[in-house]
Amino acid sequence: MTPAELAQASNSAIYASMLALTLAMVFFAFSFAAGRRKPAVTTTAEVIESEGGAAVITRTEVIDPIVPGRRSANIAMSLTWLGTGLLLLGVVLRGVWAGRVPWGNMYEFSITAALGILVVFLGFSIRRDVRWLGIFIVIPALLTLGLAVTVLYTEAAQLVPALKSYWLVIHVSAAIICSGAFTLAAAVSALALLRGHAERKAAGAEVTGLTARMPSQERLQVMANRIIAFTFPLWTFAVIAGAIWAENAWGRYWGWDPKETWAFITWVVFAAYLHARSTVGWRGNRASWIAIIGWSTFLANYFGVNLFINSLHSYSGV
Amino acid sequence: MSETLPPLSTGGWFRWIWRQFTSMRTALILLFLLAIASIPGSIFPQRGTNPLKTKEWISGSPTWGPILDRLGFFEVYSSPWFSAIYLLLFISLIGCVLPRVATHWRAMRTPPPAAPRNLARMQSHEVLDDADATALDRATEFLEARRWHVLRGESDGTSWVSAEKGYLRETGNLLFHLALILILVGVAIGGLFGWKGNVIVKTGDGFSDTLTQYDAWGGGRFADPAQLPPFSFTMTDFRVEFDRAVAQRGSPKLFQADVSYKANPNSTSESSTIEVNHPLEVDGAKVFLVGHGYAPHFVVRDSTGNVVYDDTVVTLPQDGNFTSTGVIKLPDASPQLGFDVVFYPTLQPGSIVSGFPAPDFPATYLAAWTGDPGLDTGVPQSVYKLDKTKMTQIGRVPSLLPGQTWTLPGGAGSISLVGYERWASFQIASDPGKEFALVAAVLALSGLMLSLFVRRRRIWLKMSAGPNGTTVIEIAGLNRAEGGDVSADIAIITEAITGKETS
Repeated sequence: MTPAELAQASNSAIYASMLALTLAMVFFAFSFAAGRRKPAVTTTAEVIESEGGAAVITRTEVIDPIVPGRRSANIAMSLTWLGTGLLLLGVVLRGVWAGRVPWGNMYEFSITAALGILVVFLGFSIRRDVRWLGIFIVIPALLTLGLAVTVLYTEAAQLVPALKSYWLVIHVSAAIICSGAFTLAAAVSALALLRGHAERKAAGAEVTGLTARMPSQERLQVMANRIIAFTFPLWTFAVIAGAIWAENAWGRYWGWDPKETWAFITWVVFAAYLHARSTVGWRGNRASWIAIIGWSTFLANYFGVNLFINSLHSYSGV
Repeated sequence: MSETLPPLSTGGWFRWIWRQFTSMRTALILLFLLAIASIPGSIFPQRGTNPLKTKEWISGSPTWGPILDRLGFFEVYSSPWFSAIYLLLFISLIGCVLPRVATHWRAMRTPPPAAPRNLARMQSHEVLDDADATALDRATEFLEARRWHVLRGESDGTSWVSAEKGYLRETGNLLFHLALILILVGVAIGGLFGWKGNVIVKTGDGFSDTLTQYDAWGGGRFADPAQLPPFSFTMTDFRVEFDRAVAQRGSPKLFQADVSYKANPNSTSESSTIEVNHPLEVDGAKVFLVGHGYAPHFVVRDSTGNVVYDDTVVTLPQDGNFTSTGVIKLPDASPQLGFDVVFYPTLQPGSIVSGFPAPDFPATYLAAWTGDPGLDTGVPQSVYKLDKTKMTQIGRVPSLLPGQTWTLPGGAGSISLVGYERWASFQIASDPGKEFALVAAVLALSGLMLSLFVRRRRIWLKMSAGPNGTTVIEIAGLNRAEGGDVSADIAIITEAITGKETS
């Protein structure tokens, strides 16, 4: 293919992916609204979850007509897989077009970050039923893509000399996986807060409302903790890899450049999260808030520092 | 003070305060404070990395500038409050971790506690009712081979096995926290013994690593500027390319400096290419290419017709298109002369900025001044600024092209633009603590992964006689990490005892 065709193909794949994800969002929303109507079936949904492996499929068949919104949730999941596949294609074609890893400017970081969010979610969905989480993943992924194609879009260009290093692959890929996992953790934590609120309101009775179909607050908190426990070492690695690269590129491994500072802030906040999880009085809602704050510092670093602060890391090329 | 108080009181209070201070809650609060205290350093310019901008900020805000300066907002990371937070955090960390090291050391050498009476209450529980009498022996052998800590015993007529594994979780946790202290030590070594300097070298010129050759040099308390490694280099060529495509027009595509260098005056000369991400490592120091620019070449004659200047002048880029400024000071000319120089790599007629960073249409703006440039006052002066307090402007020319000569008004002489050279700026740095910090960081990461991924868990087996002369084995387990699950461990132990696959 010629470069122009590659560019066209990459962009088309990304637009098609956005279409699939938008439909997925609609179906997730349907399933959500349906879940609100008949909260009585919550318990059956819980049962399915504790089953492992193949058993799930047969059980779902039986329950399908009963659990409202289950079918649209399944359609939404399929659409999410489709959208993620198309996005992967778009990112790969972008890389082929540019003749390098597709992480040279903010448009490319953003489409890859959206891919990261979706891949982490889908990876999670293989192991357990997280259909209730879908809408909270598809929305941030769509927002990231929307921002990418409208505000951040740039033609593929050569890497600036500062980015020509194999550390780009190591450092940036780790950071991108973290972006997906932090988003997932923040979404789960936000839901834990909502669900906790609903549980307190129900005061021991069946939880109704938006969060009726979700796992218990406690399980959501444990889930967020697991995601962060996985992501925190990876983030530590990304920061160390960045420091090694910085030493090789700029002559110092740590210089409190705004990007480094905010990476450090994110690290400290998630360290606080892990400490909070083993501190009496902090394990619950406070820990969930800390996870959300940690994710916000990550966002501040990505958008704020790239776009508004003069930093050595300003390669945004917007 | 008062003799009626119990003698333990002071010590008791101290212990109480120490306990509060080393508690997790304090660590949490200090972590939050550390995160918040880091923020201003990313918003305000910092003197260490951007002295010029810092100065501008302070002078641009006469009310807030000095106040924030006094409060350390322009040197956040060396300010007393920032240092206080991280030092307190580290003291709290040491106070928390050291006792835990002792506890963990003892725990690793103590067998696990005896099996509880009622195993059915545990997280996971299995009953095998067709086991044989040697089952516990096999289980013990199996567990010990897999490095479980095992204790066997008998109580209430049943014999039991208690086993624990996953001590590495706490080992990793402690290693992580201790390694953080080591990172700080590595940073401190770099701060005390490290040094760095900046120098601008024009194509064809050389540099040898002595203090006087640097434009700027700074080192830690124990860095000796008289003992710099005796290397030298000459920049033989410098290449730059800029992107001409519309998308990222003007962004750099390549910059490379070819150098020939000598590790010491007696060694043979070697050649190398320095570029971004590819520093030159020589004699414990690293030479980084950090910037580049243009040095226009002028010939100046004064009123007597004598050549008073025939050299290149370094101009500093002011924008992305390399509109560059510099000055020429000629205190020995007659009359005394000074020039403001603006170099445009690509002149856009009618505009006061360059249109592209590459030298497509080079030209200079010049302003000529006469009078005393104040060089003999003894006050140090910037070579990039003309002190005009005792000078008067005699004329300007908006664009002088290479080969052109401008005859100065009033017969003060003439100035010709001959051409231009390129210069590159290098940062030369030595940080003897960086390897130490890296090893500490890798230790910290390893410890962190152990502490988050290893599961600390206990398994118990109890053997009792069942009905009809059978042997019943109860297996139960407990994962001490939250949300953990020991069913996988129980499954493999069951398999080891029965010799059957369980699924």
